[in-house]
Amino acid sequence: MTLDALLFQAINGLSSASGLFFIAVGLSLIFGVTRIINLAHGSLYMMGTYIAYSFATKIGGVIGFWGGILATAIIVGCIGALIEILLLRRIYRAPELFQLLATFALVLVFNDMTHWIWGSEDLLGPRAPGLAGSVELLGRRLPSYDLFLALAGPVVLLILHFTLKVTRFGRLIRAATQDREMVGALGVNQAVLFTSVFALGAALAGLGGALQVAREPATLATDLIALGDAFVVVVVGGMGSITGAYLAAVIIAEVKALCIGIGVVNFGGIAVNFSKFTLVAEFLVMAIVLIVRPYGLLGKPQGAVRSVAEPEEPIRAATPMLKLLAAVVLGLLLFLPVLAQSSPYLMILGIDVLIAVIFATSLHFIMGPGGMHSFGHAAYFGLGAYGAALLVKWLAAPMGIALAAAPLVALAGALLFGWFAVRLSGVYLAMLTLAFAQIVWAAVFQWEGFTGGSNGVIGVWPKPPFDQGWAFFLLTLALATIAVLLLRRFLFAPFGYAMRAGRDSPLRAEAIGIDVKRIHWLAFAIAGCICGVAGGLFAFAKGSISPESIHVGRSIDGLVMVLLGGIQTLTGPIVGASVFALLQDTIMRQTEYWRALLGAVILVLVLAFPSGIVGAFSNLWRRLRGPS
Amino acid sequence: MSVLAIRGLSKAFGGVRAVNDVSFAIGPGEFLAMIGPNGAGKSTCFNMINGQLAPDSGEILLGDRNIAGMAPRAIWRLGVGRTFQVAATFASMTVVENVQMALLSYAGDLYRLWRPAAALHRERALELLAQVGMQDAADRPSRELAYGDVKRVELAIALANEPRLLLMDEPTAGMAPRERNDLIKLVKQLVLERGISVLFTEHSMDVVFSFADRIIVLARGRLIADGNAAAIRDNPQVQEVYFGTGKTFSNEASPGAAP
Ligand SMILES: Nc1ncnc2c1ncn2[C@@H]1O[C@H](COP(=O)(O)OP(=O)(O)O)[C@@H](O)[C@H]1O
Ligand SMILES: [Mg+2]
Repeated sequence: MTLDALLFQAINGLSSASGLFFIAVGLSLIFGVTRIINLAHGSLYMMGTYIAYSFATKIGGVIGFWGGILATAIIVGCIGALIEILLLRRIYRAPELFQLLATFALVLVFNDMTHWIWGSEDLLGPRAPGLAGSVELLGRRLPSYDLFLALAGPVVLLILHFTLKVTRFGRLIRAATQDREMVGALGVNQAVLFTSVFALGAALAGLGGALQVAREPATLATDLIALGDAFVVVVVGGMGSITGAYLAAVIIAEVKALCIGIGVVNFGGIAVNFSKFTLVAEFLVMAIVLIVRPYGLLGKPQGAVRSVAEPEEPIRAATPMLKLLAAVVLGLLLFLPVLAQSSPYLMILGIDVLIAVIFATSLHFIMGPGGMHSFGHAAYFGLGAYGAALLVKWLAAPMGIALAAAPLVALAGALLFGWFAVRLSGVYLAMLTLAFAQIVWAAVFQWEGFTGGSNGVIGVWPKPPFDQGWAFFLLTLALATIAVLLLRRFLFAPFGYAMRAGRDSPLRAEAIGIDVKRIHWLAFAIAGCICGVAGGLFAFAKGSISPESIHVGRSIDGLVMVLLGGIQTLTGPIVGASVFALLQDTIMRQTEYWRALLGAVILVLVLAFPSGIVGAFSNLWRRLRGPS
Repeated sequence: MSVLAIRGLSKAFGGVRAVNDVSFAIGPGEFLAMIGPNGAGKSTCFNMINGQLAPDSGEILLGDRNIAGMAPRAIWRLGVGRTFQVAATFASMTVVENVQMALLSYAGDLYRLWRPAAALHRERALELLAQVGMQDAADRPSRELAYGDVKRVELAIALANEPRLLLMDEPTAGMAPRERNDLIKLVKQLVLERGISVLFTEHSMDVVFSFADRIIVLARGRLIADGNAAAIRDNPQVQEVYFGTGKTFSNEASPGAAP
């Protein structure tokens, strides 16, 4: 390729950089002041595009377009203020995990709301009045709107920069970003500050979304894509730093532009198409930055991580009651195939529930006793599923071999990713695990030749006798029982105690000779390995695997299952996974708006039952028994 | 030969010279008190000896081995135990499990995945708890303990690896005067039986003068005196540090001071 072409791509990259900057800067501001990671930020951006579309088409003309963009920013800003006042205010003191979940619930609700208002069709807005043409640059044509965007980013950056520097509001924001306690000391009305910052951040997201209306169609998939981009930018730039956000946006946009610019390159006969690596490249940049500079390019360390609000009870061996209950449940499950003769769907449901149980129990293993809030457990599910499916596809491996390979592939991935992840904690660990999961997803998605790309791998059916629903169910039941008992055994063994010691107090654990990182790394690997079993079973249960089933949504489902059951109990994830999978397979299949329903469930959970189902029951039980 | 010898130890935080060219030694079985006003650099010294902080310069000789800059867990394995200025336990465990945790680590059992931990080293853990008078609380959740009891449990934990040297940063901070005396008496008795050397910091001069074999005094990061009780009492520099600022030896105690 020529230098001119490269240069052209670089300039083009700057307009993408502006887009990324608009997506991310609000998220960064909000985090800086409130320490809330607003997962609904991508949704605000998405709604910005939709609202601006309505203005541009319903009113039309210069006013409808440019005036609409401004009006959109204001409207989305108001939505942001409402979110802050109605929801976030109640959970500022809650554990980080709950805040993340609550804002993820908003993602689901907003998505369905948008779906309901604007429908599921992609909507392409009109061209920008006054900037519909293009300019000639280096012998190529660059749309003048792109040029406008490339300039708009730095302009907004400058305006924000001076606002923060000169005005009282700006000084407060900076003070709050640097030291939260100080704001209280200054006698500032914290509630007003938080609400206005949230509104400002939301307005910026709305503005960013609105500006895209002339470039890209409004689609319902934008929320998660924008969120992913926003994360990468904020984490790379440093949480709370707006200059960092622009810097990161430029780096990422340019790396992507470079990938596209380089195109296909021959490495000694093997053709590598770099333009296929744009998604992987983005998350790779993030992973590298998190590893080398955990607080981002221009970010500062953010104090100690808050621990879970409620102190945890010591773990106790199963009471005779619990053992009896487990035996009864197991007995009933063994009997289920008999019932299923009249309704075969029961077997499918049962298999789904059991796979969810393995998934959630393995996630709980590191989340609860390990204190590592992984937002990317889907990676190990995916590695297991694809490991098994690809063995079948390429080597025609028998099911036994493929199922045995699933946990090994996942183990390898968990050993690699976990080694980096355990070096961070709190939000940063959550983000890095998310980045790794997105790398796995993007690799699977874009490596079409090997993985089948977006179509996935099909024809992964179990061989007789397991092609019978009941037989596969029993196999799943056996593996799920083994997985649950094994993980439980580990938790009661010295290893599990060491894990908890490292979570309760890393300092003290190190001072009595415990290599906390190593213990947590191995725990991460064990969890990943067991999760791989769930992935392998899933591939055979569905007969196929596609990138969609290992997307970030699955990671979040896992978190919901664990919290639904109760993170501080060992039986919690089993109950949580069962309830969640049943809900998903029954009620949610009935309605088009299952996302909003799931969102509502999460919100109720977070606001009303922070200790989950099993937690709530055992609290009740303790209260009924009275003080003893 | 000394158990621990510190030579020219220094550590600065930004511009603050928290510990500045400090040298001293502890003999076998010696009960050595380190005193000094708040911010003198005592905790920083402890943190360097136990490996939590790497010194900027200087040597920390354990026997004839320089342990400066080694990881806390490696130093612990060489026989250095410590308690913290702000005491705490592993909050999700019972009292006896807290002690078992240290014993499991000492026995190299941490990576065992099969045998339930509850039964491992329980006898020995109960023995240690009995020695600090906490056996009755063995199966209670440790987070329910009163602060003074947490300090005792910490002591039992610190004894689990049969240390040669015990570092105790303000072992009695936050305790009532009577409790303080009892705890230090207990420590003294336990270490005498085992021949352990102890380096401890303590604000109550009564306690220091009645129990310490020797006293070293730190002020603004520098070691300004080293000697027995009488010598320290009469040392003009020490008097200046304590009395010159209008403070007295006895009201210097400040429970709950920052770590
Ligand atoms: N982690 C740290 N970062 C910056 N300064 C510190 C840190 N730890 C201690 N200091 C400073 O070093 C000095 C000595 O503190 P410290 O060792 O805690 O004193 P002491 O334990 O004698 O009260 C104080 O001025 C304190 O502010
Ligand atoms: Mg101190």
